Amino acid sequence: MIVRRNVAAAPLRWTDEVRDLAAHSNLIFELVHRDLTIRYKRSLFGFLWTMLHPLLLMLIFTIVFSRLFRRETPHYETYFLSAYIAWNFFSQTTSNSMASVAWNGPLMKRVRVPRSIFTLASNLSGLVNLGLSLVALLIIMLFARMPLTPSLAFVPVSLLVVGIFTFGVSLMVTAVSIFFADVREMVQAGLPALLYMTPVIYPVSIVPDGFRWIVEKNPLTVLVGIVRDPIYYGRMPSPQAFGTALLISLISLVLGWLIFSRLAPRFDSRL
Amino acid sequence: MNAIEMQGIGVRYRSEKIRSLKELVVRGLARRKAPYFWSLRDVTLSIASGESVGIIGANGAGKSTLLRVAAGIVCPSEGVAISRGSIVPLMELGTGFEAELSGRENIFFNGALLGRSRAQMRSQLDAIIAFSGLEQFIDAPLRTYSTGMVARLAFSIATAVDAETILLDEILAVGDAAFRQRCDERIHSFVREGRTVVLVSHELETLVRLCRRTVWLSHGAVVADGASEQVVADYQRQR
Ligand SMILES: Nc1ncnc2c1ncn2[C@@H]1O[C@H](COP(=O)(O)OP(=O)(O)OP(=O)(O)O)[C@@H](O)[C@H]1O
Ligand SMILES: [Mg+2]
Repeated sequence: MIVRRNVAAAPLRWTDEVRDLAAHSNLIFELVHRDLTIRYKRSLFGFLWTMLHPLLLMLIFTIVFSRLFRRETPHYETYFLSAYIAWNFFSQTTSNSMASVAWNGPLMKRVRVPRSIFTLASNLSGLVNLGLSLVALLIIMLFARMPLTPSLAFVPVSLLVVGIFTFGVSLMVTAVSIFFADVREMVQAGLPALLYMTPVIYPVSIVPDGFRWIVEKNPLTVLVGIVRDPIYYGRMPSPQAFGTALLISLISLVLGWLIFSRLAPRFDSRL
Repeated sequence: MNAIEMQGIGVRYRSEKIRSLKELVVRGLARRKAPYFWSLRDVTLSIASGESVGIIGANGAGKSTLLRVAAGIVCPSEGVAISRGSIVPLMELGTGFEAELSGRENIFFNGALLGRSRAQMRSQLDAIIAFSGLEQFIDAPLRTYSTGMVARLAFSIATAVDAETILLDEILAVGDAAFRQRCDERIHSFVREGRTVVLVSHELETLVRLCRRTVWLSHGAVVADGASEQVVADYQRQR
């Protein structure tokens, strides 16, 4: 028999939330399915769009930047895309999580579902799209005659670390955006700025010494790096880089959960 | 055994809200805290398993809030609520439906929201469609349904998934006479099967017919709790 205690202002416990999410695994599946089909139903190219998106970007960025960075980065298209797919996942997923919680607010007033379920579902749909972009990238690499190295097998591990980081950030921003509506716009505005503080489009070597610390202190630099290493450089990330990335993701997850679990009991007053 | 137990439940909201971070920063600490508004205050109540209980009270008395606390949708600001067994809430103005999906797809989606698997919903599908009487429209998108049709579907789903407790918040109001008749019968059979029913309604005759016991809420507090005939009579006299 299910016994539920609904206690005043008690923060969510993560063990309860995990159990609750597991009990709603079918809803997670439905939400992800809905995210993906709604996205693809509307476009003529269907599923292909996710694959075409990096291709189009590659064309634009390669035309614009490859001459500029030719000396530092041969195979600019792979250099750019290997980091961009991770970046794009991060930025799309955090925005989508906030939109999803806002959109599903009325639902949360009518049925009891785990409070983090919409954020989790947005992250999972993001991962599916990321997988598709990765396939597109591999195809592009074949055409560009980039060597496909065994280190590629490590990419899923790196992406998982990026996924954990993104989930933590999503929990944080969704919880806060329920209370302060303008947080959504602030994040939307901040993301492009963050892109330029991360070596996605340009190589770190072109950053003037005075500004390099910004790029180096940016946690996304490390995260993007562990994805780029096995794809572009054909090598495993250094244990130090990987360890740092893992630590950053875990901090993000813990911090995100601490904020989310404390704000969650008061969500209903703002939905 | 009690299906629902509430100990000193209070739910409060701040009447004035800071909605943006900008506002918070600009006004900073200078702002005086707005006073609290209590939707429920010091509510202690237990509902035995198998009981059918009606909730009455004026608009804004806290009836929906009470059901939300029981269902775990709202976290109380004070007190503890304990529920035993699975609960299906059917709140006012529709449940979790997706306008673009068809009625049939919504049955599965709604089932998922209630924690049911696809297989569980499939086994109930025909029964749900038959009870709703929406056979002709079941593959049309939900946005094309009338208010009453949406309510029919919601009621059919909520009462088909087997839950120990069902919470109904004024859902019968929009159904036509024939459908209401069937809803009444179904609620009756629920009670006979020993399931717990909590019903919020402004239709007092229906309520007396379906519920043995009635709780009267006023300004967030319980003012009377007892045999339906008695409480409803007092309630009508007071108005
Ligand atoms: N999120 C919220 N923020 C502020 N006040 C709220 C919120 N939710 C409910 N309230 C207030 O709580 C009070 C009780 O609301 P509730 O919905 O429980 O009333 P009710 O008894 O169901 O009324 P009705 O018969 O109209 O359905 C109302 O005065 C309402 O304004
Ligand atoms: Mg109400």
